[in-house]
Amino acid sequence: MSTVFKKTGGLTDTPFSYCPGCTHGIIHRLVAEVLEELGILDRSITIASVGCSVFAYDYFNTDALQSPHGRAPAVATGVKRMHPDKIVFTYQGDGDLASIGAAEIIHAANRNENITVIFVNNAIYGMTGGQMAPTTLYNQVTTTTPLGREAISGAPLKMSEMIATMEHIAYVERCMAADGPSIMKTKRAIRKAFECQMNNEGFSMIEVLSSCNIGWKLSPVESLNYIKNTMTQTFPLGVFRERKNETNH
Amino acid sequence: MSKVEFLKGNEAIAKAALNYGLEAFFGYPITPQNELIETMSNIMPANGRVFVQAESEIAAINMVYGAAGAGARVMTSSSSVGIALKQEGISFCAGSELPCVIVSVSRSGPGLGGILPAQSDYHQSVYGGGNGDYRVIVLAPASVQEAVDDVGKAFVLAEKYRNPTMVLLDGAIAQMMASVKLPTEPLPYPDNTSWAASGAAKERGSRNVINSLYLDPTKLYAHNQKLHAKYREIAKNEAWLIDHQPESHDGAIIAYGTSAKIALGAVQRLKDEHGLNVKCIQLRTLWPFPKQALKEAIKGMKFALVAEMSMGQLFQDVLAFTRTDTVIGYVGKAGGEIITSDDIVLGYLAQMGGEQIEHSV
Repeated sequence: MSTVFKKTGGLTDTPFSYCPGCTHGIIHRLVAEVLEELGILDRSITIASVGCSVFAYDYFNTDALQSPHGRAPAVATGVKRMHPDKIVFTYQGDGDLASIGAAEIIHAANRNENITVIFVNNAIYGMTGGQMAPTTLYNQVTTTTPLGREAISGAPLKMSEMIATMEHIAYVERCMAADGPSIMKTKRAIRKAFECQMNNEGFSMIEVLSSCNIGWKLSPVESLNYIKNTMTQTFPLGVFRERKNETNH
Repeated sequence: MSKVEFLKGNEAIAKAALNYGLEAFFGYPITPQNELIETMSNIMPANGRVFVQAESEIAAINMVYGAAGAGARVMTSSSSVGIALKQEGISFCAGSELPCVIVSVSRSGPGLGGILPAQSDYHQSVYGGGNGDYRVIVLAPASVQEAVDDVGKAFVLAEKYRNPTMVLLDGAIAQMMASVKLPTEPLPYPDNTSWAASGAAKERGSRNVINSLYLDPTKLYAHNQKLHAKYREIAKNEAWLIDHQPESHDGAIIAYGTSAKIALGAVQRLKDEHGLNVKCIQLRTLWPFPKQALKEAIKGMKFALVAEMSMGQLFQDVLAFTRTDTVIGYVGKAGGEIITSDDIVLGYLAQMGGEQIEHSV
């Protein structure tokens, strides 16, 4: 009997701590499958961040470092500069990457560090109970924007658009994990990002619009529809940066 | 084998670190340590090593965390305000047991303070500002040569105990030029295969994880106990002072760094001008504090004077750690004013017959 599906070797057997309905697990699996399929799993180093995905070091079947809040791109810089032949990626949420770690992500990109950033944007601080994130949409209700986010709390921060302006970087794409086709598309984007790193093309970031049904107070299905119909209005999908056939300077 | 060069403190530290076998340096500009990062930007890439000018002090210490976690011999340097920003990262390095060296070139505070030398970062270095029960080994050189030697010792201790280690000097030593003997051979590299997250899971047969997160209190308490056992071992083995006049004396000046250098002149003047037999006790490690050796060194004395370029931070610890009948006095300055041998001599004469004073605050 032939095997038609199996759990990827890119993940350990540790059960996920994610809430039912959350799409973090799907994104983990996509990353793990890509690492396995590209044959780079045993030379990859995961840089975990702080947020719902804080335990990523327990889930990805690679060497790993757990970072202080927001500092994953700086930690990744330290690791990659010592081991340029290894594959180094950060896995960060929107609070970690776009708020407390805004400086680190911008400067790692600006230095064109040859790393891959998986940026999971669910527009909320999930782990701490649903507070406003820098990516929270206008009018979105959170525990710290009880009347909905207004301009006085800032605009939803568009990180892919911002990072794409960096002079030297290799690849930036925003995807979503909302249904079968969009998940498969996300996987292709993640693969492309890691290929950029393998080819020494430089910095790559994949932003994935992801659900937080608990924080959003929606059902899992409603949450997926919210990604598709509402989040994409503020955060349009697409490739924001692609530098072809150029090796890192 | 060593060669002699005439160098500024900051340059000497950079060149020594390279020769000791430093593999990566991550830093950020701040006065008065700028020549250190500038020298590194030149000599590290030229010798095939890693140099990154980070976007912030915070990023620099996190690059150190990453490189140390990946198994490299790594260093950063900064000064007072910058060291304050690094505290979270230092706590992470301590919690994850990563060896790294932090050179702290102290200026005056608080706040932005000033750029002239001070020793007001004693508490910052010894007690730290990161969260949790952790310790940083702190070496305190009093000259450019001692700073060079301490950088080597710092790598040895950091790697032996897998613990962040600080070399604390003040701006006077960093900006001073001196003839120094630099090392010529790298220190042996420890085998870190068993713990470094170097992306070599295949060769190793298992994966390595650098982490300080333990949500289970039983496990976290056990982790704290393990760290604490290590700190006790360090305290037992590495506490260090120099008793400059080990033969019996009537009194002592207790100091570290630049203040100790000035105290050496002051004890000579107390002898020559006032006929007093006073010794200089120079603290070489601030953590671990050389409690036992200091107690021994001042045993039987009526009076010992703490001299420091801060408002009683060291005095408070000397008082707490010695608990003897010896009256402990204090003389100090802060804010960038350099303590003079006049300050020490006059302070000694004024306080030597007096009662134990309370702490200033």
